[in-house]
Amino acid sequence: MSKSTASPPQLAQRLLRWFCAPHRLNELEDDLNELFHQRVETVGLRRARWRYCRDVLSLIRPFIIRRQPNEYPNPRTMDMLRNYLKIALRNLARNRVYSFINISGLAVGMAVAMLIGLWIYDELSFDRYFQNYNRIAKVMQTGTFEGEVFHSGYNPAPMGPELRNVYGENFSHVVMLSYDGNNDHILAYGDKKLTKTGSYMSAGAPDMLTLNMLSGTRAGLKDQNSILLSESTAEALFGETDPVGKMVKIDNRLDVKVTGVYEDFPYNTEYWDLKFIAPWDLYASSQEWVKRAQDNVEWGNNSWQVLVQIAPNTTFEAVSAKIKDIRLKHTPEVAFLKPKVYLQPMREWHLYTGWDKAGNSDGRIQYVWLFGIIGVFVLLLACINFMNLSTARSEKRAKEVGIRKAVGSVRSQLIAQFFSESLLVVAFAFVLSILLVLLVLPVFNEVADKQIGILWANPVFWLCGIGFSLVTGLIAGSYPAFYLSSFQAVKVLKGTFRVGRFASVPRQVLVVVQFTVSVTLIIGTIIVFRQIQHAKNRPVGYDRSGLITVAMNTPELYQHYNALRDALIQTGAAVDMSTSSTPTTNLNSRNGGFTWEGKDPALKASFGTVAVSHDFGKTVGWQFVQGRDLSRQFATDSSGIVLNQTAVRYMGLKDPVGKQIKWNDRSFRVVGVIKDMLMGSPFEPIYQTVYMLDYGWANVINIKLNPNRSASESLANIEGVFRKFNPGSPFDYKFTDQQYALKFAAEERIGKLASSFAILAILISCLGLFGLASFIAEQRTKEIGVRKVLGASVTNLWLLLSKDFVILVIIAFGISTFIARYFLNGWLQKYQYHTELAWWIFAVSGAGALLITLLTVSYQAIRAALVNPVKSLRSE
Amino acid sequence: MKGTYLGEFEEVVLLAVAIRAGDAYGAAVVNEIEQQMNRSVNLGAVHSALNRLQEKGLVRSEMGGISAERGGRRKRLYTVTNAGRRALEEVRELRSQMWEAIPKTAWS
Repeated sequence: MSKSTASPPQLAQRLLRWFCAPHRLNELEDDLNELFHQRVETVGLRRARWRYCRDVLSLIRPFIIRRQPNEYPNPRTMDMLRNYLKIALRNLARNRVYSFINISGLAVGMAVAMLIGLWIYDELSFDRYFQNYNRIAKVMQTGTFEGEVFHSGYNPAPMGPELRNVYGENFSHVVMLSYDGNNDHILAYGDKKLTKTGSYMSAGAPDMLTLNMLSGTRAGLKDQNSILLSESTAEALFGETDPVGKMVKIDNRLDVKVTGVYEDFPYNTEYWDLKFIAPWDLYASSQEWVKRAQDNVEWGNNSWQVLVQIAPNTTFEAVSAKIKDIRLKHTPEVAFLKPKVYLQPMREWHLYTGWDKAGNSDGRIQYVWLFGIIGVFVLLLACINFMNLSTARSEKRAKEVGIRKAVGSVRSQLIAQFFSESLLVVAFAFVLSILLVLLVLPVFNEVADKQIGILWANPVFWLCGIGFSLVTGLIAGSYPAFYLSSFQAVKVLKGTFRVGRFASVPRQVLVVVQFTVSVTLIIGTIIVFRQIQHAKNRPVGYDRSGLITVAMNTPELYQHYNALRDALIQTGAAVDMSTSSTPTTNLNSRNGGFTWEGKDPALKASFGTVAVSHDFGKTVGWQFVQGRDLSRQFATDSSGIVLNQTAVRYMGLKDPVGKQIKWNDRSFRVVGVIKDMLMGSPFEPIYQTVYMLDYGWANVINIKLNPNRSASESLANIEGVFRKFNPGSPFDYKFTDQQYALKFAAEERIGKLASSFAILAILISCLGLFGLASFIAEQRTKEIGVRKVLGASVTNLWLLLSKDFVILVIIAFGISTFIARYFLNGWLQKYQYHTELAWWIFAVSGAGALLITLLTVSYQAIRAALVNPVKSLRSE
Repeated sequence: MKGTYLGEFEEVVLLAVAIRAGDAYGAAVVNEIEQQMNRSVNLGAVHSALNRLQEKGLVRSEMGGISAERGGRRKRLYTVTNAGRRALEEVRELRSQMWEAIPKTAWS
């Protein structure tokens, strides 16, 4: 019979099987076959096949494709959810170690990401407190000096009036600002004396900065003898009483009336430490040098900041273009600097201030990027863990899937089950991570120098957190949900089900990614700390121990130099005392205009200039390499000058002592050369500096404490002396070694944050590894048992189990070496005084990572290898 | 019940189901129509029509008994319901009514 020989077209058959709903397939196939065989008899094979195809195509209809609705009883979703929840919780409770690793690892990752997210949010919202955020700018100058691009926010006194009078139509406000390194002033009301940071500003400032006035008005600065206090200052000075209208004394000499109280600026603003604002006119009229600079229209003295609010109808770029040649116009003699005036918008102040020598932006934004990337990676690590462990675990649950299917679960229910399970775990982790953040936030704020809180009321925060949790839960749950639920119950329950050979490949790739990130972070952290240590080990050229500085901010201190010094030494608390124009930790004055014999006339020489008193050398303990210290015994020393070694090299002098140096029209004679004193940044080369005698140009008093007495006792004695000589001011002092340590604050902050993140990253990776190792050991229990029976030793088995992971870590180490080398080299190049990328750092990091891996894996490997094979083989 | 309007092809299918009373499954209906009308029809069209008729309540289907010819698999057998029978009768009556109404002169 031809029935057996003729067969319908296979392609059409397959198509039908694909689209047809299972419950109708048999019936339709039978129909088709019957017709086909009839037709083979009647019209021949070819036409029969052709008709078969046409019939199949004609069957592509919705009612054929539509799957049969579930004919089993449909429990309410809530019932099933309750069951899933119960099973999920039982599973978690049963595998405590896994649950712990899974949840805590993810929680730590999320907490890190949250902290970093909050930090970045804080950085990006810097200065947004000011309502005119988008219209305010700082007047900046840029130029090129000795081949290096510089940017400066300090401007000459006539800059304000010039902008106001000549370019006035471009600005809503032009505000002069006395804001530099030394904003500490003494505020006195009755007997209460406080040192507060404050500034003198033009009358438009309160409007421009949109001060939130708690009492008084923003017009309060219009009167020359007035002052606006911040809320905290007002409270400290006046307590409960209303401060408006009261008289306050600034620096023991200026009487001003309080005309208003404003809300303190938040910590994440440029002017957070501005505790009072006094009128610019008061400043200009009371400070001789400011008055001179303003009255004589001195364009050469760049000592003040100028803030502007641009007019509503213009842009920063347009105004910058208009004002760019102001400096050139008024001081044509500095044309060689190619000076340009421009506006730096407020939104760039915080993150984009800072330029490298080539003039490229080198600001804080790079740390925002750095930490953002670290955050993403740590989070990624945690997610990888979570996914690896959930997928590894889920294979163990294949039997459960089989049973569930056998008793009537349909696939969508299994999918729902696995998703709800992973979402539950993620929800636990999310809650835990918020608790962690709450716990860690105070420490984090301290290290990062921030005042960050959780943004409870911010919908974006919740959206991000919950959105991320959902995504993680769905991704991590998708593998078991879709893959496991597709198993055939029969196969699984019969035990013929096998995971493919390559099922573990994605897991291995993820482990490599994890360790690449971790090892890179470790190498990075080591380098950062090496760099800090490298700079800390630099010789400083003077003795910081027991050295304190006191700011000279009242007229009394200037008049009794010798009496004060004698009184201090007499108490026995101080070994010596001197004054200087700057503390030893800050080189704040650089000047040109120097000439000397043999100077290259083309060289525009610039020197750091420090004014000192005769006793400065003895106080700070500088060290001479040539010549001698300034001395009272030589009357000619009043025009004496001391150079540092860099200055001698810079000037190209063979035998410097006794040489004449002219600074503008003053003439000096070199009396000695000192070893370089590190006054500026510890990461930069030492600047050529000259030290000259000038008792009038003094800003700080340096005191060397008696090393044989306790500091607190000495300080009490010294305070007594200061009370006598300077009754108008509180006794505030700074330890030089603490000030010196502050120079490393930024780098140390980065180092500390980066190292904590690196430690967390490696911890998370290890948690994951631990989980995976134990999973694999468990999976291979039988294999290990058989091997043991056949004579494998514990060492063999340990090697067998550890080998896989060690290889992965070595691969990761190789990749991370390249990445770390590339990025850290770039980072180190930013510092002129920097450490080298030594090979041993990589070796140590690699060895460390390997060791940690081995420790993590070995625990599981040895435990598995020690199991009695009788036990592992007995079952079944 | 959906509209009981009977399309031309639906009517043919319904008639075929009635002819094959008790043994009307997809392929049988196709055979019946092809023999009766001497034209080829698609299995898809037939099943589609059967599906529509079932939705209109004019036929009902049930799985038939196991038969050897299909390897022990069952067929879905269609039977005309009372409503189906009425629908056919209505159509037929309508037709004959209209036949009656044709004037004799029309053919000349």
